[in-house]
Amino acid sequence: MSEIVVLCEHQNEKIKKTSLELLSKAHDLAGQLSGKVIALFIGTGMEPLVSELGLYGADSAVLAEHSLLDRYNTLGYAQAVCQAVEQFKPSILLGTASPLGKDLFPRVAARLKTGLASDCTDIRLEGGKLIASRPVYSGKAFVDVVFNTPLQMATTRPNSFPIKTLETGKTAKVVRLNLNLSSLRCPMKELGQGETGRVDLTEAEIIVSGGRAMANADNFKILREMAQVIGASVGASRAAVDSGYAPHDMQVGQTGKVVNPKLYMACGISGAIQHLAGMRTSKVIVAINKDPEAPIFGKADYGIVGDLFTLVPLLTQEFKKLLAE
Amino acid sequence: MKIACLIKQVPDTETRIRIKPDRSGIEESDIKYIVSPYCEFAVEEALRVKEKAGGGEATVISLGPDRVVEAIRTALAMGIDKGIHIDSEGKSFDSYATAVVLANVLRDRGFDMILCGKQAIDGDNGQVGPMIAELLDIPQVMIIERLELTADKKGVTATRRVAGGGKEVYEISFPALFGCEKGLNVPRYASLPGIMKAKTKPIEKLKSSDLLNGALPLVQWANYQLPPERMAGKKIEGDLAYQAHELVRLLREEAKVI
Ligand SMILES: Cc1cc2nc3c(=O)[nH]c(=O)nc-3n(C[C@H](O)[C@H](O)[C@H](O)COP(=O)(O)OP(=O)(O)OC[C@H]3O[C@@H](n4cnc5c(N)ncnc54)[C@H](O)[C@@H]3O)c2cc1C
Ligand SMILES: Nc1ncnc2c1ncn2[C@@H]1O[C@H](COP(=O)(O)O)[C@@H](O)[C@H]1O
Repeated sequence: MSEIVVLCEHQNEKIKKTSLELLSKAHDLAGQLSGKVIALFIGTGMEPLVSELGLYGADSAVLAEHSLLDRYNTLGYAQAVCQAVEQFKPSILLGTASPLGKDLFPRVAARLKTGLASDCTDIRLEGGKLIASRPVYSGKAFVDVVFNTPLQMATTRPNSFPIKTLETGKTAKVVRLNLNLSSLRCPMKELGQGETGRVDLTEAEIIVSGGRAMANADNFKILREMAQVIGASVGASRAAVDSGYAPHDMQVGQTGKVVNPKLYMACGISGAIQHLAGMRTSKVIVAINKDPEAPIFGKADYGIVGDLFTLVPLLTQEFKKLLAE
Repeated sequence: MKIACLIKQVPDTETRIRIKPDRSGIEESDIKYIVSPYCEFAVEEALRVKEKAGGGEATVISLGPDRVVEAIRTALAMGIDKGIHIDSEGKSFDSYATAVVLANVLRDRGFDMILCGKQAIDGDNGQVGPMIAELLDIPQVMIIERLELTADKKGVTATRRVAGGGKEVYEISFPALFGCEKGLNVPRYASLPGIMKAKTKPIEKLKSSDLLNGALPLVQWANYQLPPERMAGKKIEGDLAYQAHELVRLLREEAKVI
């Protein structure tokens, strides 16, 4: 009972980066447990996905293939995961704290009557048992979750672990899971694709955010231009969202998205406690603000006191120069 | 149309969190409590659905100590018809035990729609909703940003946003549970007459010990810590062109993030 099952998400015929992170982490843990990493895929047409899996530390790939699961469905997916647990009897079941993971994992946990730690920023083993660290009170504190159940379940926040590729990849064995599924209770009716190439804030490695100082929706284009040059996603403060300068799914903070990028650039954002709650785990924070007393400077690794409307275009030029080299 | 909305009372978003010396939890003195923001979206949505359905009854339910009656009154003042307070009797519960208690209250009361927050902003678990849906064996859609009654009023179309700006749309007949996300609506403020009226609306009292079915905690929380304090770093001085150049250089050479 020391297998680790990782639910791998995939989109547009690619394994999501967050799932590769998790496989790398699972590979570490499995080494300590002398166990195996099982990568679980649910959906259709997943065969091409698994060829390079061994490189990321997976010992086997389990394909729960079913035409009814072409699109996400809570109940169908829950059945597939529970069936995999029954068949492989893992001691640890991991997934990403994505919209999918947040919908699915608590449902599975209740069905299996097993402990779940959600949205963790670190997982480790102590005496062979999983300890999951996670932010509470929107990142104003952290706790360790300890499990009372033999199966231990966790979802982890994107960008929490580095992706490591093995020098000599294993050959992941492919196993098929025969799903006993004849109909779906509440199938998805419609799937609207987002803009292609747009990385969700929660998964973004670089984020450029604008605050009330942006003054209108149009001005966000200077942030988008800079973002495009450095491959960033664009976020906003609540003041910017509430003023109608940006849509609510761009809001970063306690009542917006909690993000975890390697670089967060706050432009014209004062640094209110509720905004910090959403981005304080960023590895590097840059603040651009014309008020030298703005609280954001107290949390920023690099700060520039100045007008964002002149600085951002200059930065865009500098980034372009650097990246052209 | 019978609607339940589940609300949790949590520390105000402005609260500075202090950890107990033995790290077993947070200091609860001097905390101002509010209705968790995502639960407010649930309350507002319950009121809107009721208005659109042209009638029905909305019940607000909260599990917690006596202070949560204040949260229930807030929802009643916004326009919810009645409340149920389940006394936690000095105990705290993990997500599963919370779900067992709430599911036992919800079961057999004939609710068409159960609304909850996508997460409560104290523990940030986001677990109770789907767990209740599982225990009641009804479908769920979490993190919804749009809800519309179907023409026959026997179900809804629910939209949720997924990675990269994509949207999933579900058409679901009642009974079902929904977890509310920001963007769904803008919660109304309680009016003065609303606040007066709330004082006379009924609040049913239940005890968690009668509803727990012997559920034991599946997880424990230990070792509370404050996050490492972020220190103020470098301020880059100089003329604008230099500042821009220097920041980009530092991001590449020192921070190595570009
Ligand atoms: C329950 C609750 C939940 C909340 N949740 C969130 C949340 O999730 N996310 C969030 O962000 N906030 C949240 N808030 C709001 C939060 O308290 C702040 O009001 C908000 O973050 C302020 O946004 P801001 O920094 O853009 O605006 P302001 O505080 O107005 O700051 C604007 C900044 O821009 C600077 N500035 C102005 N012009 C320029 C210029 N030309 N160049 C450079 N700098 C300039 C100013 O010096 C100032 O520091 C919440 C509040 C509550 C009560
Ligand atoms: N003690 C409680 N009483 C009533 N509803 C709750 C309680 N705890 C959680 N909920 C509901 O479940 C949602 C998610 O909470 P959580 O899983 O704790 O993040 C909340 O937004 C509430 O709607």
